[in-house]
Amino acid sequence: MLEIFGDFHEEQDESKEFLMIGFSPGSTSLQQRWRNNGLSADFLADYMITFFPSDENDPSTLEREEELKGAVAYIANELLENAMKFNDFSFESHVSLQVHLYTDHLTLMVSNNLPIENVLGFKSFIHELLNTPSDELYIRQIERADDDESGTTSGLGLLTMIDDYNAKLGWKFETIQQHPEIIVVTTMVQLSF
Amino acid sequence: MEIITEEYSIKYDVATATITWQGIMRLNGKEYAPLTTLLNDVMAQEPTQITFNLQGLKALNSSGITMLGRFVFGLQKKKTIQLLMQGSKDIAWQKKSVKNFQRLMPKLQFEWA
Repeated sequence: MLEIFGDFHEEQDESKEFLMIGFSPGSTSLQQRWRNNGLSADFLADYMITFFPSDENDPSTLEREEELKGAVAYIANELLENAMKFNDFSFESHVSLQVHLYTDHLTLMVSNNLPIENVLGFKSFIHELLNTPSDELYIRQIERADDDESGTTSGLGLLTMIDDYNAKLGWKFETIQQHPEIIVVTTMVQLSF
Repeated sequence: MEIITEEYSIKYDVATATITWQGIMRLNGKEYAPLTTLLNDVMAQEPTQITFNLQGLKALNSSGITMLGRFVFGLQKKKTIQLLMQGSKDIAWQKKSVKNFQRLMPKLQFEWA
């Protein structure tokens, strides 16, 4: 079974450049992997920026380059943190992160499998994210975090991508095995230049 | 009061009631607990104004933004302490996300470098 939410689509055009990184669940501890999220995100941002040559005499191109680099690093790190936090490591599957560059935009996609008990809650949050004014949802998420002593729930990452970075978000839920049921969720983020 | 690690530091200067943030903070949710404790200790001293100097904080993940948001929200509920945030527009997350704290505390003040 396959379900799509938000702005998720297979690209019609081939991307000019792309990069894909895979993470195998058993290779390192979650603690060590957490450090790798930032490292991977910064690498992706540095790599993609090489395709946007800036003009040293034109400050606006330098500023645009820094802005795009910051956006890619922030979003890639958030996507990886979510994937690592929610991935069901009991299955032998990996988390993947891809970045594709197109003429006027780029996409970041992260895939991970999701524990069955988390699927409904995540779909419900996606619905809330896509249908609630951002001012209202921002305050609601901080209040929720305030009530959660463990400090592990947030949901603010996806909201900031839409609200602060003007990104378009979409999700694909795909059942890849029935017994036992395994669901892979792919989150797609589009950033226009 | 201060927390210093290889990746980041947070230092409170009592004389100016300024908390200076530096480095890269991409901790998982629970790892922010000691920072929240420090912030709550500062709030408990009840200065009339607290200054956050964020100009050296190059990266902050959404769990970190949530931690700051909770503190701002706490100050707003308390009503007796003003907050000034000193940020840098050269740092992507600050340029994009710091303004949102005003949703939690309308009287929050900013100074941009």
